[in-house]
Amino acid sequence: MEKIFQKLSLSSASLVFIILIGIFITLLNSSKLAISEYGFDFLTNADWNKEVPINGMEKDIPTTMKMTDDATSNGDIVDEDDEMIMDEDEVSATKTVFGGLVPIVGTLLTTLIAIVFSLPIAMGIAVFLAEIAPKNISNVVGMAIELLAAIPSIIFGMWGLYYFAPIVADLVGGYQVSLLTAGLVLGVMILPFMAAITRDSMNTTPAVLKESAYALGATKFEVIKDVIFPYSKVGIIGSIILALGRALGETMAVAFLIGSIFVLPSAINDPTISIPVAMANNFGEASGLGESALFYLALILFVISFGVISLAKFYFLKKAN
Amino acid sequence: MPVMNIKKFSFTYPGVEHPSLNNITLPIEKNKITALIGPSGCGKSTLLRSMNRIHDLYPGNKYDGRIELLDFQTDKYNNILDIKKENEFIKLRQQVGMIFQKPTPFPMSIFDNVAYGLKIAGIKNKTELADRVEASLKGSALWQEVQDRLSKSAMGLSGGQQQRLCIARAVAVKPEVLLFDEPTSALDPISTGAIEELIVELKKDVSITIVTHNMQQASRISDYTAFMYLGDLIEYDKTENIFLNPKEKRTEDYITGRFG
Amino acid sequence: MRLLVNKIFLALSIFSAMIGLAFLGWILITLFIKGLSSFHFSLFLNDLVNGGLRNLIIGQLILTSLASVIGIPLGMAAGIYIQEYGQGKYAEIIRDLSDIMMSAPSIVIGAFVYAVIVIPTGGTSGFAGAIALAIMMIPVVINTTDSMLSLVPRELREAGIALGASKYRVILDIVIKAAKVGIMTGILLAFARIIGETAPLLFTSETSNYFSLDLTESFPSLTVSIYDLANEPEESSRDLAWAASFILTSMVLLINIAGRFITRNKK
Repeated sequence: MEKIFQKLSLSSASLVFIILIGIFITLLNSSKLAISEYGFDFLTNADWNKEVPINGMEKDIPTTMKMTDDATSNGDIVDEDDEMIMDEDEVSATKTVFGGLVPIVGTLLTTLIAIVFSLPIAMGIAVFLAEIAPKNISNVVGMAIELLAAIPSIIFGMWGLYYFAPIVADLVGGYQVSLLTAGLVLGVMILPFMAAITRDSMNTTPAVLKESAYALGATKFEVIKDVIFPYSKVGIIGSIILALGRALGETMAVAFLIGSIFVLPSAINDPTISIPVAMANNFGEASGLGESALFYLALILFVISFGVISLAKFYFLKKAN
Repeated sequence: MPVMNIKKFSFTYPGVEHPSLNNITLPIEKNKITALIGPSGCGKSTLLRSMNRIHDLYPGNKYDGRIELLDFQTDKYNNILDIKKENEFIKLRQQVGMIFQKPTPFPMSIFDNVAYGLKIAGIKNKTELADRVEASLKGSALWQEVQDRLSKSAMGLSGGQQQRLCIARAVAVKPEVLLFDEPTSALDPISTGAIEELIVELKKDVSITIVTHNMQQASRISDYTAFMYLGDLIEYDKTENIFLNPKEKRTEDYITGRFG
Repeated sequence: MRLLVNKIFLALSIFSAMIGLAFLGWILITLFIKGLSSFHFSLFLNDLVNGGLRNLIIGQLILTSLASVIGIPLGMAAGIYIQEYGQGKYAEIIRDLSDIMMSAPSIVIGAFVYAVIVIPTGGTSGFAGAIALAIMMIPVVINTTDSMLSLVPRELREAGIALGASKYRVILDIVIKAAKVGIMTGILLAFARIIGETAPLLFTSETSNYFSLDLTESFPSLTVSIYDLANEPEESSRDLAWAASFILTSMVLLINIAGRFITRNKK
């Protein structure tokens, strides 16, 4: 009985490992087509689902070849039956190309905007909860912040689109659906998470350390600046990176607000697209190369997220503990 | 015959270079109370916890020497350090019980707590369980206080009551040896007194080994005392000799409070 | 001067807290107003095809419950392994991987299930959606089980072993019982978190306008439908999306508050 119990729990634990590897292998497998077709150019090509000429031939060459031009390419232009010899490929002179630059850039930029926007606020909230507020207020406000974290992301999308974005667009001009509005709403979403982990990190500072500083006559600000922050620095950075990792993969809030067009933004308040949104909008109808390209995007997102989150966990948050 | 014999026993914790116990030789006399005393870090708890092999919850320990437990049926000693199989470990712990420093009531009713050891030993008969639970609770001087609320959670008891509950629970399985690891250090003086009385009462049925950092407690209740220091057994003798007439200087220094 | 800097800093900090609360309030008030104005009880009686939300609410509950039936036992068993049996590297690795998966993009999990279940079975299904949700749930349950079990004092386990109980008995009879309240709360919160998910369902179980209990086809989902409705041009669709959002958020917040209430009470 003991052995059975042990084996069962071990198998369940191993499931985590198996699923993670399974995700990676599946994504790799499903994007094989796109990877072999585009390779690393996928990362720098901004064309998505565009018709692009191949073999260097101009798009507007008529299908009937000019005899004189063709004579140089393969010599024989007329076969035994006096039919024109033409390559199949040369007739259809374009192919569909998928490049992931726009969603990748969109993902990175929205996340950047989110972090820049929410970092100061999150730090302020964490300081408030950890050091400034008296116990009962800290508990109540802390609970409120946790409730903010519990709100489903699609709700942020709804609220963001119909209430927050119009105000932002009024203030800075530009489109209501844009990189900026998506980034800001994303920022509001990761705010509670960053605040909570930062507060927890700050709370690991031993009371005696703080008391020693106060005993020397330091102000609260100085204790926070000179004792608490340096002590919990590693944990705080870890929390920021972890929030970053989560923001990268956020779909629904961004889907409502980013505009969903495969165009590189020329200004911060232009619409564009991110990887999760590209996937959300296109997976249903995609097939073949297009579907594989989406999996390629998913793979890129997975690898980046995994890397960022691991960095946060292993380098920063482990050290803090 | 002593109920347990510790012979040239050394113990090393996992991943540690130096042994925490060096060549300890010591008898545990039947139906007597043996106290292990010494300053912090001397190894007394380590020695106690070797006697029911609870160290084995945390694999990687190194044992040397022998710890012998008397088999009452064959009158022979078995080296408990040889035990490898699950069911032998279980049998050992049914013979050698342990009470911890912090009272450890299980999250269940008072009755279920005391009956727990019996149930896992396979006793299912409701009457037998009820009888033995009552006997144990009476033997731990707790029956009067809890007989009307046996089905209530044990977590509602006071610290002293919880510790007596743990004693009742351990006693219910009718072990031959009971190991007490600083059983009163987390309790108030009145509860301490009650537990000390209880331990003295218990020795007519079980052999007792008690680790204590309270010298007065050792001199009050124990029959034999072993003084340990930095992993060595410095002196073992009848309690009155240790306290009134110690042979070793270090023992005398500890007793008189020069260190520790 | 120092005191002035201090005062400014404290003011800024309090101001940030107020901003945070303001966002929370803004969102909740918006939901309340917009949601309530489009709310009427017939929403609970009609399915989406008739302008109601009944099939979506029930569908979301079914999907989340199915995911829980799969995810909770697996997550708890894994959490027990990590905390109680795992000695050394492997358990550590699993714990870390599970933590990482907790923050992994939910849409990638959707893509995974799409490739592994939807494509081979030839179409979207409630099963696929439930599996995607289960995969999201497992790391959360592992984390909460692991944490709650770690809070149980070492001596309690030792006391059980010292009585001659075998390890699995100690875990089941004593340790889990001791951590019961915390684990239950954690599971409730995990449920609340999963029920609000949209991305994993988008192309695994999609949604449906009709009442359905057939998990082999596209299955009604409140969250996916909110997305669809919000993208429709008609004003009435938008209003319905708000009402649905209100109901969804109420469900999530109620479960959350219930979860915290339980811990508060039992303490």
